[in-house]
Amino acid sequence: MIGPDRRYRIARSALILGALSVAGLFLVLPLLIVLSGAIAKGWSLYLASISEPDALAALRLTLTVTAIAVPLNLVFGVVAAWCIAKFEFPGRSALITLIDLPLAVSPVISGLIYVLLFGAQGLLGPWLGEAGFRVIFAVPGIVLATIFVTFPFVARELIPVMQAQGRDHEEAALSLGASGWQTFWRVTLPNIKWGLLYGVILCNARAMGEFGAVSVVSGHIRGKTNTLPLHVEILYNEYQHTAAFAVASLLVLLALLTLVAKTWVEARAHRDRHPDPIVQPDEELP
Amino acid sequence: MPSQPRAPLLRMSKAAMPHDCNHAHQGSRAVTPRIDMPRPEFTSRTPVLLVLWPLLAAIAVSSCAPSTPVAGQVELLNVSYDPTRALYEDINQAFAADIRSRSGVEVVISQSHGGSAKQARSVLDGLEADVVTLALGHDIDALAANQLLAADWQTRLPHNSAPYTSTVVFLVRKGNPQRIQDWPDLVRAGVGVVTPNPKTSGGARWNYLAAWSYAMRQPGADETRALAFVAALFANVRVLDSGARGATTTFVERGIGDVLLAWESEALLARDELGAGAFDIVMPSLSILAEPTVAVVDRVSARHGTEAMARQYLEFLYTPAAQEIIARHHYRPRDPQVAARHAGQFPELQLVSIADLGGWEAAHRAHFADGASFDRIYLK
Repeated sequence: MIGPDRRYRIARSALILGALSVAGLFLVLPLLIVLSGAIAKGWSLYLASISEPDALAALRLTLTVTAIAVPLNLVFGVVAAWCIAKFEFPGRSALITLIDLPLAVSPVISGLIYVLLFGAQGLLGPWLGEAGFRVIFAVPGIVLATIFVTFPFVARELIPVMQAQGRDHEEAALSLGASGWQTFWRVTLPNIKWGLLYGVILCNARAMGEFGAVSVVSGHIRGKTNTLPLHVEILYNEYQHTAAFAVASLLVLLALLTLVAKTWVEARAHRDRHPDPIVQPDEELP
Repeated sequence: MPSQPRAPLLRMSKAAMPHDCNHAHQGSRAVTPRIDMPRPEFTSRTPVLLVLWPLLAAIAVSSCAPSTPVAGQVELLNVSYDPTRALYEDINQAFAADIRSRSGVEVVISQSHGGSAKQARSVLDGLEADVVTLALGHDIDALAANQLLAADWQTRLPHNSAPYTSTVVFLVRKGNPQRIQDWPDLVRAGVGVVTPNPKTSGGARWNYLAAWSYAMRQPGADETRALAFVAALFANVRVLDSGARGATTTFVERGIGDVLLAWESEALLARDELGAGAFDIVMPSLSILAEPTVAVVDRVSARHGTEAMARQYLEFLYTPAAQEIIARHHYRPRDPQVAARHAGQFPELQLVSIADLGGWEAAHRAHFADGASFDRIYLK
């Protein structure tokens, strides 16, 4: 007879083994294939593939788009989360639904929205075209599509955090004479900063990896409107497998950086929630 | 990332705090009663770096990247169909060298590739193509219908504005294990066919019309029987990719299907370069004369002031030098001398032209418009 203790240990090992093999098969193995494919024909070809002008242009575009979309979504996300968490107003639940919209619709539709809006046959396109301003098939369109698909990440992270906190701290600060800005910088921000960072990191990861929406509005002009994910697809379709894997490995690298940042933020947030009880702020305040 | 020393939770001070530089409002509000609050740790530099690193990286990459175009340089955008990437890379280089040696002007030609119909759609939606080099005339007609270029565009360049031709052939696995010889073999039970979707791919339309033309030329043929034939053929289709290049990848790389209906150029590329020795080409008894057409997009090039250069670019395609590049990329050249040099690559076969089918407008209405023959066989 197997004792309950032994059975427990067997079950535990089986579960751990199962989880690890699934993770290995579906997460680690593809990563290894990408990396080994990238250096399959030697480091010199790898370096040549990632320093080729079109690849550099794609990297530059991806980073530029991310650098515009993420800070904007940081601001939008904080404002939206603030409104929703701290105030009651008509249309509040409609706003929550709207924030979730980009997660609900297919990214291809997200891209198409902008084509229908800003395309030469679209609603605003002809008018903008006459003014000499190009939105789709140019960088602004790619930025807009990226902002759209990454919009929910910051707000979604912040709403529960802000709701849990309630309004007491801010009301106390305001009644003690702090200005709105002071209240935000010294009361609200320190409380939400880890949720905020976490949201920014998720937003960042999605912004760099987005394919569907960007593909629709990009126009695929090599060296100009191709982002890294689009460039990988082009290389793959051109039978340049090594180059495709090499550029994909850049994306993997960016993803790993993101992952490291996320882990670090989680660790810091955890430590903040369980601080060493040296000074209790409530007791110290006069 | 190294973790920063933690800032003290409380700081009692009357002086402005060091992190006040974060916002400008502070100075003007010096009279506000001061309250001491937990110092936001957000001033520690690391999280800020974390948020801004894409920005910093973008700056870093930009600084080592090639600079923006120089003044006096002419830029063209060539919006083309799927499999011509390598062809136009070579053509562009040759053209730029030719112009540089003759006039000293620097031409930079950007390329965009995708399914032919999708590319035409993008140009309609505002993709700023100076020239279009698409898989079939019908896609350029769609641009003309929207006044992007003159309706008589096809008469502006020799040979119906098609600087080269191609045809549809069968690519089969080495040794032809399914013994596929001609069109009827494609409707046999158990034969897996790969072709792209005629709704989105120009190449696929040529494939479809080639099959249709074959069926219509059999003894006792009529439209009902031809429809039954293509219906049986598409019942054997394993994967319907959106573009010709995707279909080739499906057949060659993913090993799906027994026969690929392909552009002759794609088939030769697959046989000679990709999977050398893994594939054979089968010439059907009858196929179609595919004429990929080129045109200057008048409205866009007029706005860019590039009409003359765009016209020169397309005329260059007919020169012996460009025709040689075209033949090397497995397209059938128009120039008789170049064609003679590469005759071994392009066997003669009976070819039906689009004119025999009543022109693109008629062919489109009969087969590819909503509710036309392709929808009838495929949506059932």
